[in-house]
Amino acid sequence: MMEEVNEVTSTLSVDIQSIKVTEVVKDGHTLTFLIESEKLSGTGVYHVDRTYDDFEWLQQHLFSQEEVSGIQGVIFPPLPVKAQVNASAKVIKQLGILGLGEWQAYCKAMETFVRQIAAHSILGKNNAVEIFLTSSDPPGRHRVRKNIFNRLSQAMEGMRKEGHKDVDEFFQTERDHNLVFTGCAKTAAERFLDVVQTEQKIAVACGHFSTALRLCVEQGEDPDELDFTKVCVKLSEVFESIQKNVTSVAENNVSTLGLGLDLESRYQEAEKEMLYRRTCKLVELETTRRNAEKAKPVKKAAMEEVKKAAETEFDHISGVAKEEIARFQAARVKMLQQALVQWCEKQLLTAKESADQFNQHLQAFRGMA
Amino acid sequence: MSWRTGRTCSRNRLPLWSQAQPVCLLKTSAPTQTDPNGTRCLMTIQRTCSQRPQRRFRWTVQRGTSCCLMARRPPSPPSPPPISILTPRHDDMFTHSSFDEIEEEKGDDSFDMHISVSDPEKVGDGMNAYMAYKVSIKTSISLFKSQEFSVKRRFSDFLGLHSKLASKYLHIGYIIPPAPEKSIVGMTKMKVGKEDQSSNEFVEKRRSALERYLMRTVKHPILLKDPDVLQFLESSELPRAVSTQALSSAGLLRMVNKAAEAVNKMTIKMNESDAWFEEKQQHFENLDVQLRKLHASVESLVCHRKELSVNTAQFAKSAAMLGNSEDHTALSRALSQLAEVEEKIDQLHQDQANGDFYLFSELLGDYVRLIIAVKGVFDHRIKTWQKWQDSQMLLQKKREAEAKMQFNNKPDKLQQAKDEIKELEGKVEQGERDFEQISKTIRKEVSRFEKERVTDFKAIIIKYLESLVQTQQQLIKYWDAFLPEAKAIS
Repeated sequence: MMEEVNEVTSTLSVDIQSIKVTEVVKDGHTLTFLIESEKLSGTGVYHVDRTYDDFEWLQQHLFSQEEVSGIQGVIFPPLPVKAQVNASAKVIKQLGILGLGEWQAYCKAMETFVRQIAAHSILGKNNAVEIFLTSSDPPGRHRVRKNIFNRLSQAMEGMRKEGHKDVDEFFQTERDHNLVFTGCAKTAAERFLDVVQTEQKIAVACGHFSTALRLCVEQGEDPDELDFTKVCVKLSEVFESIQKNVTSVAENNVSTLGLGLDLESRYQEAEKEMLYRRTCKLVELETTRRNAEKAKPVKKAAMEEVKKAAETEFDHISGVAKEEIARFQAARVKMLQQALVQWCEKQLLTAKESADQFNQHLQAFRGMA
Repeated sequence: MSWRTGRTCSRNRLPLWSQAQPVCLLKTSAPTQTDPNGTRCLMTIQRTCSQRPQRRFRWTVQRGTSCCLMARRPPSPPSPPPISILTPRHDDMFTHSSFDEIEEEKGDDSFDMHISVSDPEKVGDGMNAYMAYKVSIKTSISLFKSQEFSVKRRFSDFLGLHSKLASKYLHIGYIIPPAPEKSIVGMTKMKVGKEDQSSNEFVEKRRSALERYLMRTVKHPILLKDPDVLQFLESSELPRAVSTQALSSAGLLRMVNKAAEAVNKMTIKMNESDAWFEEKQQHFENLDVQLRKLHASVESLVCHRKELSVNTAQFAKSAAMLGNSEDHTALSRALSQLAEVEEKIDQLHQDQANGDFYLFSELLGDYVRLIIAVKGVFDHRIKTWQKWQDSQMLLQKKREAEAKMQFNNKPDKLQQAKDEIKELEGKVEQGERDFEQISKTIRKEVSRFEKERVTDFKAIIIKYLESLVQTQQQLIKYWDAFLPEAKAIS
């Protein structure tokens, strides 16, 4: 039975660090994610299955928290684009590095999404989060009320608002910086994806070469022919090792720095959206101010009310935004550091293993009579 | 009759060889009563060449029993020259009681000749320009006048050499290394003077191909002694090679295909009495197919590696930009370091791509072309057989005609017929000899080819593996240096 989502905030009953997307199951065209989380009471583990619709439900609920003051100043953890089985080329391009392989990276990104929401000081308190993680019924079947952040209509109103000069230097700097950084991060993520995809192609080519070598087996008993066969077989093993090495390198790339750059890129976009919302509010505020000034005495009081409301809301938003930005900057540095350290450590390990393996092959060849 | 120890063999006066190498007595026959003065024995003696330890010379001599031999095992005292008794190796080697040079068994490790092709230099300009290469030789083989020397050669000189060797040796069954590939596009670019990366790559590819061509040629024991080869390597001025069109490998392939077509069109199929040839021919057909597949596979690998290098460089640039726009100092530094590491890795990818290419791709390409030469040699054998058969058939006809003439009693024509028959008999004998010789040569050549193939591949693979190990070790260094930078972000 579907639980009612009431607006009373609650604290989460699970350990945030234990939230895991353990598996993804393909069911026709839909992907179902199995999510696990440990009860804080220590009495067990919640197992739930969620589709993308459920994630969207969660996101919409969080977007539509009108009663939370300054909610528009929150940088919402970004939800990845919807993944589909046999996705179109456009979707695959949007997914970027998350679209590679059998959705391992995608699962990790979804897991990060849930964890970030659960850990958020404002968002984590929403009951929807608890339901999402613990309810055995998938919550996403109900259509939610329209969210107030309809980006589409905002986009239509235009880029002209994006460039609107800010009243606060802190925010102006942040907006300028974010503009540059969003572009850089996106480019870096895309180019890293190119690197990984080429590595995968190399792995495939090595596999082909290795297979073709094994077909060079000679039939006869001529000792020279047998010698050559031996050489071909050993070389085929060498290329299998190379294939393993390149595959490993690519996997390391995806699971650490790839995910990191992708998250960074999407998070910068999320910050951009927040700053944009604030800018729109600023424009609105300035409009109400002008209206209040120009208002005829009859309407003046009403206009002043509107102006005051707008000012209050704007201040709340700015307040929340400042905190969010500070939190965001700290979090992203930590996230990138972790990604870089893990990436480096994994690649170092792979390089050492490969060096050993290649050395073994080398000794074997040198020892061959 | 037993041999007494005590005195040395009198056969010490051997031309050109030093006394340092011991003479080995391989076997002696039982004493024969050939000389009224006493019994003599046939001795087969072997001596190793002092220049190339794996080249041995054997000869048989008749010696009287008064010649005594001292049997000793190595190490032997400096004088008198020691003689040790060895067990004979292959029985078929003893069919000739004459001076016979034996092929080396696994000689490449101590093959004492090193050729390098270097310093490509553009000579002249416009469409008459050409690239001159320095060919440097280092050797201690006594065939050559000095131990280290060099000459300047251009591409058409190499083609000219190959054309001469092909005309002398292909039709008698020797597998001569195919000439390096011609390339109209590459040549024109170079002449026009574009100093870009692709024309540099072209020159480097050609330089490497010329070096491999020469090394393969001199490793062949017969070709090494060929006067054209010696002239090519030693003489400072070489007459300009003309009509080098026909002998590019494409040209050679055309030639071989034409010969093959001609053979196929013949209604008489060769009666292959030797299963070895049939098997080997099939074997080379298979090998041809496999090598081409491998070659295509490696070319695709090289292509991807080059792509990886480009992509890595692009990523490095974008990482640098990230680092530049980053406010957080430590993160900014780490990102810039990341960009540097990626640039270094890009260089490694390029080196690896070159390794893939110059080691494997070119090796496989060379062998694809070598197989064409091998197939050509097999086809020449069939042609030789055909020639022999034709002479035989003609002889038969002439004999029948002669018989008819005898019956019809035409004395003058008869004499002519008899003369023609005599000539044809000689031709048939020669044809048979040629066929046997080419068959024998091909067997030797195929055996040499197969041994060299193994050695070639092993050498290249070892080089490749060494480069792989080195790349990984470089990567380890880079990652080790980067790790503290990444950890320092806080």
